Amino acid sequence: MSTATHQNPTLRRSSVRSAWSAWLAGGLLLLVLGSALLGPEIAPWQAEEMDWQAMEAPPSARHWFGTDLVGRDLFVRTMQGARVSLLVALIAISVSLCIGVPWGLLAGYSGGLLDQLMMRFVDAMYSLPLILIVILLVVMFGRNPYLLFAALGAFFWLDIARIVRGQTLRVRHAGFVEAARAMGASTTHILLHHLLPNIRGPVIVYTTLAIPGVILAESFISFLGLGIQEPDTSWGVLVADGVQTMESSPWLLLFPGTMLAVTVWACNTLGDHLRDMMDLQQTDRIN
Amino acid sequence: MAGYLFKRTFFAFATFLVVVSAVFFLLRAAPGGPFDGERRLPPDIEANLQAAYHLDEPLAQQYARYLGNLAQGDLGPSFRQKDFSVSELIALGLPTSVLLGLSALAIAVLVGTGVGIAASLSPGSGMDRSLMALNNVSIAVPTIVTAPALVLLFAVILTWLPAGGSGSLQHFVLPAIALALPYAAAVARLIRGAMIEAAAETHVLTARAKGLSQARIIRRHMLPIAAVPLISFLGPTAAGLLTGSVVVEQIFDLPGIGRYFVQGALARDYTLVMGVVVVYSSAILSFNLLVDLAYGWLDPRIRAA
Repeated sequence: MSTATHQNPTLRRSSVRSAWSAWLAGGLLLLVLGSALLGPEIAPWQAEEMDWQAMEAPPSARHWFGTDLVGRDLFVRTMQGARVSLLVALIAISVSLCIGVPWGLLAGYSGGLLDQLMMRFVDAMYSLPLILIVILLVVMFGRNPYLLFAALGAFFWLDIARIVRGQTLRVRHAGFVEAARAMGASTTHILLHHLLPNIRGPVIVYTTLAIPGVILAESFISFLGLGIQEPDTSWGVLVADGVQTMESSPWLLLFPGTMLAVTVWACNTLGDHLRDMMDLQQTDRIN
Repeated sequence: MAGYLFKRTFFAFATFLVVVSAVFFLLRAAPGGPFDGERRLPPDIEANLQAAYHLDEPLAQQYARYLGNLAQGDLGPSFRQKDFSVSELIALGLPTSVLLGLSALAIAVLVGTGVGIAASLSPGSGMDRSLMALNNVSIAVPTIVTAPALVLLFAVILTWLPAGGSGSLQHFVLPAIALALPYAAAVARLIRGAMIEAAAETHVLTARAKGLSQARIIRRHMLPIAAVPLISFLGPTAAGLLTGSVVVEQIFDLPGIGRYFVQGALARDYTLVMGVVVVYSSAILSFNLLVDLAYGWLDPRIRAA
């Protein structure tokens, strides 16, 4: 990247995130993913199986994370919840990429009035708070949580669209694009084969940074009882259950809560590190 | 400045109209109505109910009626809470939500600025690293986990503060902290970056060469620069605090408008949901407008753009 050479040295120094925290984050993320995939398979219990000998039991060799009020194994339920939470995040992120990338490409490449209009729309959408959108979507899609989270993805594309547009503006007059145009390549061909490969890196970074937002949104919605419903489970559902009983059995809050927080932290840290590596501009926006 | 003011105000108002209209039509397009219950109502009664709430009119007419009433500050009757108008319900909840939001905003800005300055004093030091690590953790741990943890520690174990409900100012301490935590962390990160950049400015170097005290340099020469990005961050922060209170009100059993929002959504109380959307979006848009204006006032280059 050409910007690296005239980067302000103080900005580089201001980054406290060192490589080891990124490695740690990557490792934890792999651990979370791996346990979500394999956990329910290797655990000796089923997610909905009740152990009558161990109701609300603390962690032990028999139940690694303890059991809930009706004797269901918390380890399996947490891993099952991880599957659902991550799946939901995957759905929402895919939807947001499907909208954000073409939107940003088109706005950045065409420029002019169309660009102005498209980005003004993004600005207007930014002023809408997420939970407002979420609750409206709940009113509309309340009966189907997966549809709800797909719809949620339709509101996570704003950052992606901005980044893609910015990157497109940078490369749209590059030599190889002009050359392709001179050779008579169609706009679609230029967008797909010349611009898209060049903005892949930033898109990956901002996708990593968008994942925590989606995971948190899912947990909030399910926590409020508006998202994933029993007997299905997710981190938000488990945390909501854990809160009910945190005085008598704190492990029911501790394990799902920690796993949720670790995943969010790891995605944030990894995304920040990748962004620093690529010298991308920072947009401070949480949620 | 007048042109800039007009432009921003117009944009905010246009956004408000678009939001209200979009929400109106989305809600009407949603499957299921406010009177769908376990049992189907007899057709006559249903027709009467529809007529009483003007739901039998063409959509365009309902829309015009809603906008006309809205212009007069009337948000309509609640579909579910029979004896209340939406305006009355919102007036009941608003003081709680505003108090909660403002205290959280104050905590986020004060604590965040303090931590950010402390971390920026010597970038890369042990102090900086540990503060920023703590910061990243408070961004990552969601409110639905921190809020119960705070309750467990301060209300159940130490019994210093009430666990939930409202009635005294003490009831707002834990909710405000829980709500403010991730935003305080974001403010700290922002201020830290801005302060480190400010430290490299030549006028700060001059001030240091003149022999001014560190405290004075920070207060007079660095903070005013570092505060500019903070002001632009206040827009999204205020929006986040306002809507974050939906969750916090639920956890701490505070009777604010966030609770009406969730109840309204669950019961398909269209007018109530619409009313909360109107309140939220007008609050957020006016806050963003204020931030824009303050920004234009602080930095003349923005006015010109």
